[in-house]
Amino acid sequence: MKVRARDAREVWKEDFESSPSRDDGIETSTISGIPLKPLYTADDLPKRDEEMPGLFPYTRGIHPGGYRGRLWTMRQFSGFATAEETNKRYKYLLANGQTGLSVAFDMPTLMGQDSDAPTSRGEIGHCGVAIDSLADMETLFDGIPLGEITTSMTINSPAAILLCMYIAVAEKQGVPASALGGTLQNDILKEFIAQKEFIFPPEPSMRLVVDSIEYCAQEVPKWNTISISGYHIREAGSTAAQELAFTLADGMAYVDACIERGMRIDDFASRLSFFFDAHIDFFEEIAKFRAARRIWARWMRDRYGAQDERSLKLRFHTQTAGVSLTAQQPELNIARTAIEALAAVLGGTQSLHTNAMDEVLALPTDKAARLALRTQQLLAYETGVANTIDPLGGSYFVEALTDEIERQAEVYFKRIEELGGVIPAIEASFFQKEIADSAFKYQQELEQKRRLMVGVNEFTVDDEEPMEILRIDPKLEGEQVARVQNVRRTRDQARCTKALAALRKAAEGTDNLMPHILESVRAYATEGEIMNTLIEVFGIYTEKAVI
Amino acid sequence: MPVDTAVRPVRILVAKVGLDGHDRGVKVVARALRDAGFEVIYTGLRQTPEMVVDAALQEDAQVIGLSIHSGAHMTLFPAVVQELKRRKATDIVVFGGGIIPEDDIVALKKKGVAELFTPGTPLQEIVDWLRKRFPQGGN
Repeated sequence: MKVRARDAREVWKEDFESSPSRDDGIETSTISGIPLKPLYTADDLPKRDEEMPGLFPYTRGIHPGGYRGRLWTMRQFSGFATAEETNKRYKYLLANGQTGLSVAFDMPTLMGQDSDAPTSRGEIGHCGVAIDSLADMETLFDGIPLGEITTSMTINSPAAILLCMYIAVAEKQGVPASALGGTLQNDILKEFIAQKEFIFPPEPSMRLVVDSIEYCAQEVPKWNTISISGYHIREAGSTAAQELAFTLADGMAYVDACIERGMRIDDFASRLSFFFDAHIDFFEEIAKFRAARRIWARWMRDRYGAQDERSLKLRFHTQTAGVSLTAQQPELNIARTAIEALAAVLGGTQSLHTNAMDEVLALPTDKAARLALRTQQLLAYETGVANTIDPLGGSYFVEALTDEIERQAEVYFKRIEELGGVIPAIEASFFQKEIADSAFKYQQELEQKRRLMVGVNEFTVDDEEPMEILRIDPKLEGEQVARVQNVRRTRDQARCTKALAALRKAAEGTDNLMPHILESVRAYATEGEIMNTLIEVFGIYTEKAVI
Repeated sequence: MPVDTAVRPVRILVAKVGLDGHDRGVKVVARALRDAGFEVIYTGLRQTPEMVVDAALQEDAQVIGLSIHSGAHMTLFPAVVQELKRRKATDIVVFGGGIIPEDDIVALKKKGVAELFTPGTPLQEIVDWLRKRFPQGGN
């Protein structure tokens, strides 16, 4: 009798079903809860024209040359204590082969208040560098040629002020604004959604964002005016699909606001940039990055009619997931970060920050910061992963997962639209509740050991050796307070008062505020003084507390 | 006079002190405490020590749970304890959570913070600690 050849897939299916399966109770869905099949085959490949790097919809990357053309920028987020201390750290990182700067500001700076404000006590220099006025910014970039380096600044409500300080420092170095390259986070919508460092209500906040985009399109054309961020949304507890959907929805809200201002899409869209998290679920993250490019390109072309192909290309920075790191057995964080960084690279990131192993305890020490940078260098130069463009393109699994994340994002876009757009959805606490629900669900999965964190809910050790951490000298608080008070005493007060009065008048009207902020900064008005001037006109926002 | 013998739930005010807006931890803990049968009041963000104590007195809370992520715990946690002393409300128990180094935990306990929970703490541990601290519930 002739044996009929059986389909290999059917054979596998039978064999799989009859083979023993693990019954440890551990979830087999992604960390975001997407159910996974045990095996993906050619049947799972979507039917579509072949996608290529550098070609619409850019799923496989925005450059035809991938990392063959240029490696990603190794950009370690860094800042602590005073401008002087942080300046030393920057020079140390640059000497060790870092290729771009990224400024972390302390809480008072992020919240637009001076170091001598009563609510700044205890916060100065703790989670970033304290910047009160142009004088501090001059110290921060002392001896660093701003015409040759690119700098990213993580700041949102007071973003316009810090950008003006950067422009003013460059002026003093003889570098024109038109030569400056870098990125301003400037993404206020995700502050309302997740990170909560808002100050003004949404509307005037959006005005400031659009003012800076409009101003930079003319005066600082090489600057990435906004870094539309999913990182904070994810760290606050969202799933990968929520991170992607909420971030891209924010992006479209900025595009809408700029168009409403009268700008043409191709005049600003190429300077919009993005910032994502690289979490620990390896393939899900790669799929997320690929889906992000495809969705953005499609929406920009089809909804906004962008013609310039630079407007269609989603460029992004990645940071490995701080929230995935553990205070327990912190050396494990080196391994976690390396895996997350690999996902970012396989996902085609343009720049990358790798967290230091001790960042779950404090800001990183010199040694931990260098190790984190070395992890990127190892990926770039030892592993060979940069040699092939989008090496996972065509993977049955990764392609199917890319499509699934895209599908989930589209469902969210519809829901946000039904709520009337991003700002009404914020006011209805939609995002906040979605994120809190996901965070709580994940925490329960950990408690029930349906997901494991090595060293936390399994594989624990009893006595851990304490790790040496960076301490911020409490003395610096008084020194920084004295510094800002000295600036107020020694500046040309008449020029400063005049500049702030002009800013206030402009804020009451509809003029672009950037030139007025720049003049205030040049006159050594402090960050707090500029913010308070704007608060008098715009008011402040209070969030409805929901749990 | 009839005596109400029912166990009243413990009232807990959870608060975010300081300037940072990282509210993932506080929200997860607040939900877990609520699910465990405590009465939970959440203040929202950016509360000063004075605001926290005001709210605790107004809400008749027996416990204040503080959350912080910015590194200002050494200033703000003791400030809450001090404010309770000033307002003669030292019967209110203060506990906290956040990224707090071991040395700081020792120092904060000396300054009157009853307990501190750091990243990776199971929610059940916080619930158990509160139940042990209040065996009579909120009575």
